[in-house]
Amino acid sequence: MADLAETILCNLASADAIDSLDLAKQLNEEHQKIVGAIKSLQSLGEVIQCEQVASKRWELTDEGRQVLKNGSHEAHVFNAIPTEGITQAELMKIVPNAKVGFSKAMSAGWIQIDKKAAGGPKVTRKVDSIEDKVKLLLGQIQDLSVNDVTEKDKLEFKKRKMLQEVILKSYLLKKGAEFSTSVEKPETDLTPEMITSGSWCTKKFKPYNFDALGVTPPSGHLHPLLKVRTQFRNIFLEMGFTEMPTNNYVESSFWNFDALFQPQQHPARDAHDTFFVSDPALTENLPMDYLERVKKVHSEGGYGSQGYKYDWKIEEAKKNLLRTHTTAVSARMLYKLAQEKEFRPVRLFSIDRVYRNESLDATHLAEFHQIEGVVADYNLTLGDLMGILGEFFKKLGIKKIRFKPAYNPYTEPSMEIFSYHDGLKKWVEIGNSGIFRPEMLLPMGLPEDVVVIAWGLSLERPTMIMYGIDNIRELVGHKVNLQMVQDNPICRLTRPATLESCYVEEPSSHWHGHIAH
Amino acid sequence: MPIVSIYRDHLVEALGQSLITSEKDMIMRETGSGERAKEASEAVIYKVEVPANRYDLLCLEGLVRGLQVFKEQIPSPRYKRVPPASGEMQKLYIKPSTQEVRPHCVAAVLRNITFTSESYNSFIDLQDKLHQNLCRKRALVAIGTHDLDTIKGPFIYEAKPPADIKFRPLNQTKEYNAVELMDLYSVDSHLRHYLPIIRDKPVYPVIYDSCGVLLSMPPIINGDHSKITLDTRNVFIECTATDLTKAKIVLDVLVTMFSQYCAEPFTVEQAEVIQCDGSSAIYPELKHWEAVLKVDEVNKKVGIRESGETIATLLTKMCLKSEVIEDGSKVKIDIPPTRADVIHACDIIEDVAIAYGYNNIKKTIPNSGTIAAEFSLNKLTDLLRQEVAMVGFTEALTFSLCSQDDISVKLRKDIKSAPAVHISNPKTLEFQVARTTLLAGIMKTIASNKNMPLPMKLFEISDVILKDNNYDVGVRNERRLCAVHYNKNPGFEVIHGLLDRIMQLLAVPFSRECGYHIRSCEDATYFPGRCAEIVYKGEVIGRLGVLHPDVIVKFDLSLPCAALEINIHPFL
Repeated sequence: MADLAETILCNLASADAIDSLDLAKQLNEEHQKIVGAIKSLQSLGEVIQCEQVASKRWELTDEGRQVLKNGSHEAHVFNAIPTEGITQAELMKIVPNAKVGFSKAMSAGWIQIDKKAAGGPKVTRKVDSIEDKVKLLLGQIQDLSVNDVTEKDKLEFKKRKMLQEVILKSYLLKKGAEFSTSVEKPETDLTPEMITSGSWCTKKFKPYNFDALGVTPPSGHLHPLLKVRTQFRNIFLEMGFTEMPTNNYVESSFWNFDALFQPQQHPARDAHDTFFVSDPALTENLPMDYLERVKKVHSEGGYGSQGYKYDWKIEEAKKNLLRTHTTAVSARMLYKLAQEKEFRPVRLFSIDRVYRNESLDATHLAEFHQIEGVVADYNLTLGDLMGILGEFFKKLGIKKIRFKPAYNPYTEPSMEIFSYHDGLKKWVEIGNSGIFRPEMLLPMGLPEDVVVIAWGLSLERPTMIMYGIDNIRELVGHKVNLQMVQDNPICRLTRPATLESCYVEEPSSHWHGHIAH
Repeated sequence: MPIVSIYRDHLVEALGQSLITSEKDMIMRETGSGERAKEASEAVIYKVEVPANRYDLLCLEGLVRGLQVFKEQIPSPRYKRVPPASGEMQKLYIKPSTQEVRPHCVAAVLRNITFTSESYNSFIDLQDKLHQNLCRKRALVAIGTHDLDTIKGPFIYEAKPPADIKFRPLNQTKEYNAVELMDLYSVDSHLRHYLPIIRDKPVYPVIYDSCGVLLSMPPIINGDHSKITLDTRNVFIECTATDLTKAKIVLDVLVTMFSQYCAEPFTVEQAEVIQCDGSSAIYPELKHWEAVLKVDEVNKKVGIRESGETIATLLTKMCLKSEVIEDGSKVKIDIPPTRADVIHACDIIEDVAIAYGYNNIKKTIPNSGTIAAEFSLNKLTDLLRQEVAMVGFTEALTFSLCSQDDISVKLRKDIKSAPAVHISNPKTLEFQVARTTLLAGIMKTIASNKNMPLPMKLFEISDVILKDNNYDVGVRNERRLCAVHYNKNPGFEVIHGLLDRIMQLLAVPFSRECGYHIRSCEDATYFPGRCAEIVYKGEVIGRLGVLHPDVIVKFDLSLPCAALEINIHPFL
């Protein structure tokens, strides 16, 4: 190839411009090879200038060449007719392409047919001799003396598939700014030898294609939801919150509901909403002293409360279930705190799985992650809860929040948290919060002036919104889209255009990390 | 939260003025959010989200009253019960036969009431709302309302075998016995949901009048005979229940809302219920009770500094009529029977905060300093997740619930030998048990991602759930690390190499005595001779090996596979 390229350059040295087709003829090489050599010359930079040109030309088809060699079909027909004539049937049999030839010979007035002759239609010559004009004209076209052939004839031949029009693409070569007749092959890349010998400084290097992508690095990947979980954990840790041990998915109804002053007839305790456990079905080991106090506050009241005034049953409290909220763990932690000699303020958080026996759809799963924050201190106020929530959501990049009254059996006051969505120009719900009821805290043994504030939200919802995932099954569970996992960017919550601007849909019940019933 | 739909025109008419923007704001402040419903018809309907414990706001009458009181247009009504003018109270006798099926009943009379079609529909709607909500789909309480002029007391509440109960139910043309009725209503889209409450009981509850006319067969259906109409002037209300407290609340809500249409508004004619032990009680209770709160206490809990007068005004606007006592240091609050949700001072304090406006409260930050700490198991988990991803494995996040087959048949194991937690009420097969291994979830993840290039290297560090009697609930979580290599060759060496790397990161040497080693073992999930258990300080903490071809096929896969699963608790 290099030889051919150099030959081309030599040719070009003595000419202003050369067409690649002429070169091919001149060098007796296939045009494609010439084109290849030109391409490689082009890659050297400014050695040659090159311009693509196109020209049109008439060319005989295979059939056309046959005709040129052997004569036209109509001539064959004429020649096959003996002076005494021949039956049409016989004629058709002995002459190839007789059908076309026959009709052309008829219209040229060379032959005639007697349809009433005995023994079938009979064909006889009408003239003594003929001139095969088709063959003649094709010959002229072949010899490139096309000027003698009329456009009408050419179109007729094209119609008869004896002639075709071809477009020839070729290159017009000129000398480039760095024209030289000697070609040096450029190096593809730097090698250790070049560095050692110093030869790199005289070499030419092939230019890189910076429009192509690089090689994907071999890598493992973390799951998007857990990347977001890490960021939420960091926020809590930054705010002085200690992580609760939430690695107990199976919980007793006692800790999940009763301890939270959630009455035993509450709809959340229905099999429609909660997964109950058939094996092991019951919790036998409950703190009995505390349980008695819980029973009393439900059924009779106390601690300043009227209670719910119903027949509280221990059998109901013993039923095992898959926890419906991590608040069950918060209750255990607060109870433990109350058993310590002296109360100390705590800030607690958790992010872990909770379960709802609900119908699944694109935004709801039977298990999801709840984010929960809890602060216990002397004399906390509703203003403190709102202040802490303000700081928490600020760290998520959400600055405008508002609060709306809500109802929840174990918090009073209860507040739904809304953030302003700039895109939708409206307030959308982002979480739930409240102050735990005295009927929950006092039976645990916490001092009367200790107030516990808490809030919750789901992890899945903000993650889906942040990463633009419509179907929760693509994110969580075995139907996950692994390509999505691998292509997923790192999680930066406070970047503009992430969380705040992303709350686009109506909140699902999963936002009700804290309440939901 | 329940949603109450109200025609805007009805609301405007009831409020006596056009609904200007600030009124809408009121709805929002009072009850949560007022959201304009889609305009399906010409009439504009407001859908009002009402907190689940505010039974007094479940109908137009209650919402309007609440708004008018909040706007200080009317005072909060004082609800009264009175004996009948005739002096003869309506009596209802509870028979012992009811005690096993539906033991409680309360009753009252709305005398000289005038319904319009709107108020009549609202009356029916409120009963529906209460049935769904407070009455727990009629399981706790069922309401029956009757035209008192078509029946004659005293009334008998008893329970009879279904075959012995025969009557013409509401809106039916012929009589049925209770057995036939259960059959008839088993295809009724509305009523079939209530049938299970009594279906299997030997006796069904029924209320008769003194002439043997059946009023109702709670909690299913009323009789047609005593049905109320637009022309009904005197309404007899009975609520049968399994929970007496709830029955009293339901009755109070109904009569406080609709006594407004009686000749003497907010006044209810009392009725006597004679219990099966002979004792008697007068209903409705309509109890107003008093609470006294310290002004300081209220300010402290909400985080505001307001005078006793201001707090009393705020509460009065919330239908909790209040006055300042003891030189302004305390507030005395009258809690009306409409506010059954108020059971503690904190409920009253919440109303102060709502009336004040949550968003008007100054945000503050509690100043106690706390030292944060991570949960050690989660910390180790996060460190390991990073490292395993760094060596080229991609993290899966699978469900902790699965089918029995996932952890047994598909892994060539017997479900009986698995320490699995079983779910009693799964809606689908996918949630029969809690997982006892992470392997199944990862195999399913691979099966759903067959289009991904090979090799597929996945891992998960998460909890399995195991029965364990040493824990109060009889179950514990165990944090496991599971990794799977799926390729044209099993890649045991890849998984083995991962194990070595993990141990290196955990600073555990390869040593029989003081570190870890692996030794051959048999496990049905793995290919014979291609499975080893991982021993750490003499204890088996997990297994690794090449999966059995049957396991691969059962997870709908076709290529060789090596896996590793270990418990990470020993490394804490």
